[in-house]
Parts: sequence; C-alpha cells; structure tokens
Amino acid sequence: MATQSKGVEAAVFNSELGTDMDLISLIDISKHYQMGGQTVKALDSVTVHIAKNDYLAFIGSSGSGKSTMLNILGCLDRPSIGTYHLNGKDVDSLTENELSEIRNLEIGFIFQSFNLLPRSTALANVMQPLVYRNISYKARKKLALEALQRVGLDSRISHFPNQLSGGQRQRVAIARALVTEPSILLADEPTGNLDSRTTDEIMILFDRLHHDGHTLIIVTHETEIADHCKRVVELKDGRIFSDSRH
Amino acid sequence: MLFSLIESFRSALIAIFANRMRSFLTTLGIIIGVASVISVVSLTGGMSAFIGDSFEALGSNSLTISSYTPFEDLMKGVRSRLSPEDLELIERRADGIASITPILAANRSSQIKYGPQTSFSEILGTTYAFQDVSQSYTQSGRFLAQSDNLTRRRVAVIGEEVRDNLNLPDNPINEYIEFSGEWFKIVGLLESRGEVMGQSRDNLVLIPYSTMVSILGNQTRTDIGIQLTLSPSAELDLVTIQLTALLRDAHNLGAGEEDDFRIQTPEQLTEQVDEILGTLTLVVGGIVSISLLVGGIGIMNIMLVSVTERTREIGVCKAIGAKSHHILMQFLIEAMLLSLIGGIIGLALGYGLGALISSGIPDFPPASVPPWAALLALGFSGAVGVLFGILPAAKASRLDPIDALRYE
Repeated sequence: MATQSKGVEAAVFNSELGTDMDLISLIDISKHYQMGGQTVKALDSVTVHIAKNDYLAFIGSSGSGKSTMLNILGCLDRPSIGTYHLNGKDVDSLTENELSEIRNLEIGFIFQSFNLLPRSTALANVMQPLVYRNISYKARKKLALEALQRVGLDSRISHFPNQLSGGQRQRVAIARALVTEPSILLADEPTGNLDSRTTDEIMILFDRLHHDGHTLIIVTHETEIADHCKRVVELKDGRIFSDSRH
Repeated sequence: MLFSLIESFRSALIAIFANRMRSFLTTLGIIIGVASVISVVSLTGGMSAFIGDSFEALGSNSLTISSYTPFEDLMKGVRSRLSPEDLELIERRADGIASITPILAANRSSQIKYGPQTSFSEILGTTYAFQDVSQSYTQSGRFLAQSDNLTRRRVAVIGEEVRDNLNLPDNPINEYIEFSGEWFKIVGLLESRGEVMGQSRDNLVLIPYSTMVSILGNQTRTDIGIQLTLSPSAELDLVTIQLTALLRDAHNLGAGEEDDFRIQTPEQLTEQVDEILGTLTLVVGGIVSISLLVGGIGIMNIMLVSVTERTREIGVCKAIGAKSHHILMQFLIEAMLLSLIGGIIGLALGYGLGALISSGIPDFPPASVPPWAALLALGFSGAVGVLFGILPAAKASRLDPIDALRYE
C-alpha cells in the first residue's frame, strides 16, 4: 500500500536528496495558466529528483497537477518557473523543435488510449519514431522487430491497430516507446482502457522492463498500479503531498 | 532527411488511398482541367503536324502568287488582279523556276451535272504543270496535257468526291459532265488527298486553262492565281525578290505604293495555321487555369478537413519526435501527390478523349500530345497541390502537441 500521510515535509526531505546521479531533476517547478482573468497554479514550486532505473508513480485526484507534471516531464510543455534537467540536458528553455528532438531521443510515451497511427501496421507504428531520426527502412525494421519481440508481439506485426485487442495495442505502444532506447518511459494511465486481466499482463511487462534497467514513470489514479512501483509521489493541488518508497 | 522524406511519400499515398472516393472527388477539378487541356492540345497538335505534312507535300520549294487589293483601293472600288500577261512575263523573265501553272477559278456558277445529278465543286482552269506544283496525280486515266490547253479541249480531271457526288461509275473515264452549258469528257480521276480541317480536298474539277478562259471569255478582266515550283538550285528568297520586282514593274507601282499581289510560301501558310492553333491553345489554357484554380481550392479545403481529422495523429507524431517540418512536409507532399495523381489521370483521360474524337471524325489527323504539354500539365498540377497545400500544412505543423493529443 502506498504511504499517503507523510505530508509536505516528506517532499522537502526527498528534494534534498538530489545528487549528480539523478536522471531527472525538477527544481522549483511552477506552471501557471491564465483562466478567465485568474491565474491557476497547476504546479506550485515542485521539486523532484528521479534516479536512473527508478520505478515511480505520480498519483493524485483530478486537478492535482498530474497531467501538467506529465506534460512537463515529457517535454511537451515548459514550466513557467523553475529548471528541468533531463539526462544532463537543460530542457526548460528549448524551442519547440528542440523539444521534439529531446522527446525523440529521451522519452518513450505510453498513453491511456494507445494513440497508434490507425493506417499503419503494428510494425510501421513501432518504426515511426525512428523515421524522425532519419534511419533507413531496413535498420528501422530491424530495431522495430526487436522491440516487438521484447513485448511478445512478434507474431502480429502486420496487423493494423483495429485488428488488435486492447492489450495488444498497448504492447505495440510500449514497443514504440522502447524502440528509441529512451532514458525514461513515461506512461499516462497505461491500463485505463484495459480489463483487469490485461492490466495484470501489462503491469508484469512493466515490472520486467524495470528489472531490465529501464526508468519508468507512471501517472495514474489507480492505487493497484501504483503498488507495482518502487516509489509513489502523491500530488495534491499542485504540490507534492507525499513521497514514499517501498 | 532522405528517409523521412521517403516515409512521407509512403504515408501520403496510404492516406490518399485510404479515402479513395474522397481523394477522387477532391482531385476531380484537376482531372477535368488537365483532361480538357490535353485533349485540345492533342487535337491541335495532331492537326498542326498534319498540316505541316500536307504543305510539305506541296513541296517546300513552291510558291503561290495571288492578287491582293489593299483596303484603301477596295474602298475606291479598284480591284487588283493578276493577268495572263503577268504569267507570261514570269515565264519569260524569272530565273530558277522549274514549273509554273496558272490557276483560274470559275467564279460564277460552279454547278456540275451528270445525268440527273447535280453537284457543286471547286472548278479550276490550269495546265499539265499543276500536277507537279500541287503534287496531285491521277489514279486512273491521264492528267491534262499540253495539247488539251493548246486546242482548248473540253476535257476534265475530277477528284474522288466529285465522282461520288455525281454517282459516276467506279471508272468514270470517258463519261461526260456538264459545266456552264458545255460538255466535258472525263479523262482522269485524281488520287484521294483527304481532308484538311474537315474540308475535302477531293471535291475538285480540273479543266484546261485556255478552255476556262474561253468559257469565262466575256469577263475580260480575269484574275488568275499562279503556282510555281523552284528548280533545286534556286534560292527561295532571291526568286521572291525577283518576282516582286517584276510584278511591281509590270503593274506600274511607285516606290511608296503597296504590293497589289502576295507571294506566299508553304511555310507562311503553315505559320498562319500554327498561329491560329496557338491562339486556340492559349484560350483553352486560360479556361484550364481557372479550372486548376478551382481544383486547387478543392484540395485546400479537403486538406484542411484532413488536418482537423488527424489532429490527434499529429499530436502523437509530435510526441514521439516529429518536428514542425516533418509535419509540414507530410501534408505538403500529400496535397502535391493528390493533385499530381489527378494530373496523371487527367493526362491519360485527355489523351484518350483526343484519340476518341480524332478517330470519330473521318480523315481527322491522329491525336498527338507533345511531351512539353504532358510535362507542363503534370508540373502545373503538382505546383497547384503544393501552392494550395501550404495553408493546411502550415496549420498542421503549428499544432500544439498537448492540445492535439487531447483532441477528440
């Protein structure tokens, strides 16, 4: 069970633990939105350090700042204030195209609704991120096949997303995230659209990826998912409410 | 860049063929535009090639002289003419002429009769030299002879269509036809020369020049045409200059006065025809550019719809590393290919249509599409796609990944 009662002190305590070994350092991150003349603080001075091979879940109810955290961690959005170091790079001040490159190199996204390209086969979907690295078809195919093998889907590579079950689609999406050898895998409610049996399968796959040395960050509101993780960070009203390891 | 470009082409084709019906309807404007221009160009192209060939048959070393009345003289009621004396003068004085023949057209009634049948045709008085000058030979019987002219014989050489119109037997030699109240014995049947622009060249009756002069006898002021061929060594320009000088002198023209005759070469005739066909092509081109514009707007419209439909996909692509230019190229290439495919279909359709029309009209020259027209049509349709693809592609490339991913 996740520990959820240590309060703000725990977050402060953990933030002090930042070392040079950290893969991700979010320091004093704030994100403000203008909404109808009012400033909404989606994130308010959050500091988090994430080490390599961490297996971390961000949990919290809706409006807690989870999505904003995901967007910033995934380099889809820039913080209003604060600094973000990812794998030794300062990413808080990059341009749109530089962020695209960082996402391609460092981040593997896994979405709740899979977000596969509907007109591409499983194989082509997995090959897609490599297109932006300008890799030849042959090399792309080789890497994609390896990635599909790792998620146990090498037999259905020429199927289109609508010919695959939910669990299979999510495996394709995980293969697509893995194929670029990113420094972090970032999953947004990865089992939200799956039944409990398939959820277990996917979580076992995540556990194995963690075991293989990947850094996984999962954003979820399901405590069962968070239980798989080694570290759980709970967000509340844009601040860290608790940060626990188990 | 190369591999992502190849991938853009591949996924653009997939997107186009995933919505076959929509793609077809979108590109219909381009298809119709290109098909219409290509069919017209293929017909005019075939025609000008054919006309070139037919004037070639006249011999590139042949000249036609005819009278020409300047507009001012026409208003005064003065008519220029070429007289038999002019012909004699040229025969006697000009150099470099291989053969020369007068042509005197029947200018009153050109009705001819055979039994109960009547028909109208072009009736020319000329000499034996006509066959060399105009490259028309008999398929049976004989051509007009020198002696026919000298003795003003009432004989005629007719074209295939005249024989047909008058219900003459297959071998019309030795039959008699009536023209201007005189009976003419048919001595020869000309080889068929086909049509130029729907105008038969076989509806022709040739009679001896002197016979024609005697029939038109009471009209003292005859106006003849002169056709001549040059000897192989003669220079066309020099002969033209000499002929001009001779005729100006004979017609007593002062230094400031305009020529009252025209010397025409087959090239000039070809140029004139080409000019007419060129104008026609320009007009069609103007109409087609409007249709390409409309087609382009159709493409832009559907591409904008497509961008909206695929907002989420664009978000995904951006999330996994696509930069703005990747998305931009993706949609630009799709718009270009859509338009280009329309251009290719239009090209094939236009060629087929041209071939169909030309084969549907008897004796019409075969359709031919010059390579430049095909390339131009494809180039234009591709360019239309790129031009009208810019706006949708720019819209797609500027999408914010977070908003795009959240789009339902």
